Amino acid sequence: MSVRRLAEDTVQPGEFKFNPANANWAKEKIKDFPKGREASAVIPLLMRAQEQDGWVTRASIEHMADMLNMPYIRVLEVATFYTQFQLKPVGTKAHIQVCGTTPCMLRGSDDLMKVCKNKINKEPFKTNEAGTLSWEEVECLGSCVNAPMVMVLKDTYEDLTPERLEEIIDLFEAGKGSEVPVGTQIDRIGSAPIGGLTALTSDPNVKKSKSKKAKSKKTESATASTVSAVEPSAKAAASKSKAKPAKKAAVKPAAKKAKKAEAVADLDDKNRPKGMERPDEIDDLKLISGIGPKIEGILHELGIFKFEQVGKWKKAESDWVDGYLSFKGRIERDGWIKQAKAFAKGGHDE
Amino acid sequence: MLEDKDRIFNNIYGIHDKSLKGVMARGHWDRTKEFIDNGRDWIIDQMKASGLRGRGGAGFPTGLKWSFMPKENDGRPHYLVINADESEPGTCKDREIMRNDPHTLIEGCLIAGCAMGANVGYIYVRGEYIREREALELAIAECYDAGLIGKKNIHGYPFELYVSHGAGAYICGEETALLESLEGKKGQPRLKPPFPANVGLYGCPTTVNNVESVAVAPTILRRGPAWFKGFGRENNHGTKLFCISGHVERPCTVEEEMSIPFRELIERHCGGIRGGWDNLLAVIPGGSSVRMVPGEDMIDCPMDFDSLMAHKSGLGTAAVIVMDKSTDIIRAIARLSYFYKHESCGQCTPCREGTGWMWRVMERMVEGRAQIKEIDMLLDVTKQIEGHTICALGDAAAWPIQGLITHFRPVIEARINSYSYRADDDGAVSMQAAE
Repeated sequence: MSVRRLAEDTVQPGEFKFNPANANWAKEKIKDFPKGREASAVIPLLMRAQEQDGWVTRASIEHMADMLNMPYIRVLEVATFYTQFQLKPVGTKAHIQVCGTTPCMLRGSDDLMKVCKNKINKEPFKTNEAGTLSWEEVECLGSCVNAPMVMVLKDTYEDLTPERLEEIIDLFEAGKGSEVPVGTQIDRIGSAPIGGLTALTSDPNVKKSKSKKAKSKKTESATASTVSAVEPSAKAAASKSKAKPAKKAAVKPAAKKAKKAEAVADLDDKNRPKGMERPDEIDDLKLISGIGPKIEGILHELGIFKFEQVGKWKKAESDWVDGYLSFKGRIERDGWIKQAKAFAKGGHDE
Repeated sequence: MLEDKDRIFNNIYGIHDKSLKGVMARGHWDRTKEFIDNGRDWIIDQMKASGLRGRGGAGFPTGLKWSFMPKENDGRPHYLVINADESEPGTCKDREIMRNDPHTLIEGCLIAGCAMGANVGYIYVRGEYIREREALELAIAECYDAGLIGKKNIHGYPFELYVSHGAGAYICGEETALLESLEGKKGQPRLKPPFPANVGLYGCPTTVNNVESVAVAPTILRRGPAWFKGFGRENNHGTKLFCISGHVERPCTVEEEMSIPFRELIERHCGGIRGGWDNLLAVIPGGSSVRMVPGEDMIDCPMDFDSLMAHKSGLGTAAVIVMDKSTDIIRAIARLSYFYKHESCGQCTPCREGTGWMWRVMERMVEGRAQIKEIDMLLDVTKQIEGHTICALGDAAAWPIQGLITHFRPVIEARINSYSYRADDDGAVSMQAAE
């Protein structure tokens, strides 16, 4: 909880009035709520008042109370409870809100606050000498994958370095705040990874036909031939059929099991599944969800080229392979054997 | 690996056309009337069959939650309230939905409203999401203009949707505090029962849902519950937006299937841990309110509710905060303690006083200016706060500290010892816990 008080009387203006545009907006906003529940609009209205005047004055609180037919104390309660309301005047050109919660802290928000301390004021909420700038440390602003970040007025400035923040502060000080691009300050699309997309790389308009076809989802997945398209159905079937044991085995004793498996991960062990000479026609083991090119290579080294080989693995054998790959139970989790059996039959198990 | 065609939020990065036309071209607002015409029971059955668990943190089955609304209308209006007060540290998924893919949410609201007999919906957006709110309002206006929602609309189910907002109070993410705030009061949680499904907003039956839970509903109905259930392990189905922040090479928000192993998630989308896998110290897998998991336990853990529960942690909002070995782990948690101290609403004494007490002790632990026995005292106090408050903020404040002490007690002890050695010349370090 934070203790918050109204500003001293000496700085409080005598009265508050919405400008005509805001007054109209307020009238409409109140209509969003049922009759007799006008009080619901108090937070949006106070916020609009703050946008207009820069901070929440005593006069604006009383004005809201009269407008919404609320006792003064109820509006005062709201104004002091919600920390986004500035109860004292802040910098006239910019009030820098630096997110300092752990995700931003891990990415260097401490340095951003040092910049604010040097450039604006040692203390938060206090303005610089000209009265144009102020800053505060706020709690998580919900841009954690773009940390560290600050918020000024309505916009966020993300992926900051101390140097970039200094530039941004200078621009706001010079009255050129609107020239700063909003959002991320580096070469990046919003919250997507730096360096390019790892998802949503295909043409989005393909979706349309997909969703129309969705009715016949079953046929769709049966005819699909790529790994990932089969993966969900295969997984669903696998998890349905052995839901309970899979859960137990996969989650908790994973570490224990891995140790056990490691102990037997010897090439001459009797549990090592039987290999074969490389046949002329080999199966694409990568179709099994959980097997990539690298694992496929290792399996080839072990003499495993066919789905039926994998499908015939007994528990001990699959444990051995698991240990050999130090997979900590992933073979069972991904249901390789079940998948392989299905592929060996030449179909997909849905 | 999840393919693009199975991603529900196909414009989550905002690179495609955001207008209604563009959204429809990507497959949204398709066959919506059919779902509405099938009726509320059908929708609820489909949602139950999909195995969708609430995406706001607790993981309560969404279909079941919708079914709690009274079947008969007793004269009081029913309300749907969307919890878009996304404030959990580490979490930034709903933000992307609102600013880049808001139509998924609006369509979801219509369907959810129909499923619970609600003709009015409110979306409560956190105060700081100003641009997100504007994007959402714009999209809603588009829908009104196109007759998709409103008193008279092409779907034949009258539905009004409004946007309201908060003003920087984390506690308003708690559903009853949110309702209080929406009524124009301080956001202090209510005692339950009565539950909102009976006495909620303005004393009327209300269901509060997370943005993501509702936004995935239309696609589930379109593609069928079996499709959605095909992802993830038993009891943890579907696709999920993950927000990976902290010490990874490339932090990002991405939609992946549930139960994806942690290593795969990081390798595929985040370019690995900063400094390599050996440099991984610990992970907070579900937003600040869950206990941390040490790196070695985390690497192969499937990212879903039950697997993380087995590590005494939780999926929460799937906000994955990664910490490498350069992290001052005590300070990272102390900062969270400050967060909870700042955000306690002050209603229940154990939380109001306890969060401040814990933060002060944690700050001393960061320096090492404490006594070894205070670690147990701190742990004891967290246990006294946990479960003794109206809402879960008390628990949420206690868990990060419990996780720290469980996994990193030797680190705290070492810090205290090194401080004591330094303090030798000036005399012993006195105990100052109780203020």
